[in-house]
Amino acid sequence: MPVLCSSCADKRAVLKRPKTGHSLCKECFFWAFEEEVHQTIVAAQLFKHGETVGIAASGGKDSTVLAHVMKVLNERYNYGLELMLLSVDEGITGYRDDSLETVKRNQQQYELPLKIVSYEELYGWTMDAIVKQVGLKNNCTFCGVFRRQALDRGAIMLKVDKICTGHNADDVAETVLMNVLRGDIARLRRCTAISTTSEGDGVVPRCKPLKYAYEKEIVLYAYFKKLDYFSTECIYSPNAYRGHARTFLKDLESVRPSSIMDVIHSGENLSVREGVKMPVQGTCSRCGYISSQALCKSCVLLEGLNRGLPKLGIGKHHRLHDKILSQQPLTEKEERKLKSVDF
Amino acid sequence: MCQVDEDFQGQLEHTEVPSISKKCVKCKEKTAVVVIRAGDTYCRDCFREYFIHKFRAMLGKNRIIFPGEKVLLAVSGGPSSCSMLSQVQEGLSQNAHKKLRFIPGIVYIDEGAAAGRSVDDRKTAMAQMQTLFEATGFPFHLVPLEQVLDLSPSVLVMAPSPSEQPGSAYKAAVDQFIQSKGHWPPRPQDQDQDQDLDQASLPDIQESHTQLLQQLMSSTKTQTAREELLSMLRQHLLVHTARTKGYSKLMLGDCCSRLAVKLLSSIALGRGAQLAQDTGFSDSRYGDIITVRPMRDYSSKEIVFYNHMFKVPSIFIPGLDTMTADKSSIQRLTESFVTKLQADFPSTVSTIYRTSEKLQTAWKGSCAADVCDTCLLCLCALDTTVENASAFQATLISEQLSQTKPPETSSAINPNLNPGSALATTTGQCCSGEGECGKKGGGCCSSPRVPETTDMRSLLCYSCRQTVKDMSSVDHLPAYILLEAQRRNRRSQMREQISEFILDEGV
Ligand SMILES: [Zn+2]
Ligand SMILES: [Zn+2]
Ligand SMILES: [Zn+2]
Ligand SMILES: [Zn+2]
Ligand SMILES: [Zn+2]
Repeated sequence: MPVLCSSCADKRAVLKRPKTGHSLCKECFFWAFEEEVHQTIVAAQLFKHGETVGIAASGGKDSTVLAHVMKVLNERYNYGLELMLLSVDEGITGYRDDSLETVKRNQQQYELPLKIVSYEELYGWTMDAIVKQVGLKNNCTFCGVFRRQALDRGAIMLKVDKICTGHNADDVAETVLMNVLRGDIARLRRCTAISTTSEGDGVVPRCKPLKYAYEKEIVLYAYFKKLDYFSTECIYSPNAYRGHARTFLKDLESVRPSSIMDVIHSGENLSVREGVKMPVQGTCSRCGYISSQALCKSCVLLEGLNRGLPKLGIGKHHRLHDKILSQQPLTEKEERKLKSVDF
Repeated sequence: MCQVDEDFQGQLEHTEVPSISKKCVKCKEKTAVVVIRAGDTYCRDCFREYFIHKFRAMLGKNRIIFPGEKVLLAVSGGPSSCSMLSQVQEGLSQNAHKKLRFIPGIVYIDEGAAAGRSVDDRKTAMAQMQTLFEATGFPFHLVPLEQVLDLSPSVLVMAPSPSEQPGSAYKAAVDQFIQSKGHWPPRPQDQDQDQDLDQASLPDIQESHTQLLQQLMSSTKTQTAREELLSMLRQHLLVHTARTKGYSKLMLGDCCSRLAVKLLSSIALGRGAQLAQDTGFSDSRYGDIITVRPMRDYSSKEIVFYNHMFKVPSIFIPGLDTMTADKSSIQRLTESFVTKLQADFPSTVSTIYRTSEKLQTAWKGSCAADVCDTCLLCLCALDTTVENASAFQATLISEQLSQTKPPETSSAINPNLNPGSALATTTGQCCSGEGECGKKGGGCCSSPRVPETTDMRSLLCYSCRQTVKDMSSVDHLPAYILLEAQRRNRRSQMREQISEFILDEGV
């Protein structure tokens, strides 16, 4: 017997919402999904009329759905936003070539301007070249740090007021769990924020309109809308903590589907004891980017790459920052420690 | 896209099997027999001293238990709470300057009804506990969970705490105690003897009550909710026992490993706002009865070593979660996740545990006769009045949108109906707030499928709502909970009617 849509009580339901368990027809699901993103945007006051907004586009499902929904809502609700796509080319053969093709197709479909910034032009290093030097074990440190800055630089080139990223509810919940597992109280407190305000020159405010959208619903949306996306995960493996947190979250979701939202709710309501030391946000004395140390992570990593000391940016070597800044030579012992890399 | 964090720093360090060093790190003489962590090897005597010192240090550091105060130890029979009991015995037998100075009593809650155990099994377990407790010489109370059905609604209301004790009061009390020494351990006539009718013979279990509890458990559809519910009922019964028997502190035996699991499962259950109370050293949510967790610095491994070496007896009693599969509940899943991770990465438990020390309760609820903003079940401050963009709000919106008819065709929305921009104004929609649409017959977009449980929802915190949502009917909840829910609902209806005439909320 066909199940009727719980929303219109008229058409036949084609899917069961992972988030609420309701059975919906295609149209009602689209409506609910888009409307929820709209409610999030309005309630959190993510944008102002007339702003230029860069959508971080990777060619993956999250950013593809984000670009689509942003375009739909901007027209439906007359947001008055000027939207554009912003992509980072990390220089990973195979992975990035294909996904950038997807972004280019999106650009044509949605008629949005596209800007691609590459690691090579920004840093003089492609990810492939970095992997050759640092090995597979630590490359994701580079991948993440460099992309964050690359998006900011691209946004500034495009004169964008805000960047929105495709982080979904699963990503946020996973980050909460990961920060608990590694005891990172400062990030635990920050990671559920839906938007960041401008933290200094060179940093563009960011927001996550899909913060409350389930990953499974994003896939359902893309599937039924027949959106074109590139579905391969980064070929370089993510870090161990995130892997454990992800597996745990998936298991939690299978026991109680509301777990994803429950974890986010927990994260949003945590309160840190007064007197717990929090890193002070300053700026990098070399490039001006936000940093809690004298040198930002990206400058340290670059310094390491350029001096042939790849371990410099991995692990804690804050003591060496002053030496690097003042161009002092490192001792032999320090050099040896920073050179060896496990593949 | 690669989901790597921007500046990930630490790397997990894998277990390194410590080469068993021969000598004790403390006395550097005797042969080590225990390895607590890599590098921490102790001989038998030094381990014992270390273990005992830790208990006293935890109580000494927090200065929360006053000399002469009556403290109720909740003992389940498990290794951790039995170890706590032995530490209290140890502390009371020490020479004067190290001696613990409070008056202990013991409570055991028999949860056999919820776990579906036979009457015979339960009687055997209770007799074992009785023997164990008698050996301590402390007064004790054996309480079947069935007694929760006889509680009065007042157990759900925060009782006024005895006047706030300033820090200096602790020292004064200690000095006074030391001067008046000689009455230690308290002579029998110092304790009220009539309290322990339940001590001589095993308590009666009313069969009708057992059935009611079993109905409650079977009307709860998920193991996750059953475990949550059981822990609430147990807590209510513990607080009630403490109050009626004249105790002002309640000691729980949660060890570090247990608390790490509890912290992570609390996060998974949406109890982020209540974490500090659920896992901290002390918890004052009940007002007059303060809960303390003196075992929180011990790992389960240390406890097992100690109990084994120094012959601390414990009794295994199967509970609601015994022999259940890893994925039977959020709590079980979290436990097996932490256990497995701990086996690979020995710093897991201590890292999670340290997180709990950095958290605090965001705001305290109050529950006076008139205004009550604490949860009906867990008695923590309500965390459901949060800002507009929140997981809580987003969930309500999702539920409403999945049950209401969208406009004819989505493309038919005329942008002119939204003059200017939707961004300039706040949500015009009725569904943005909870109260309007959630209530029965509330109007605009309410659906006919609003469940019966709505009545209780507004009285519960986020997480307890999830628990109640998993129950087919709230009617099986014990009467004291239902009565208190009705009372609170009546009060709030009354307040709504007269709200415009009330001038000052605080009075
Ligand atoms: Zn429909
Ligand atoms: Zn990567
Ligand atoms: Zn820099
Ligand atoms: Zn020793
Ligand atoms: Zn609650």
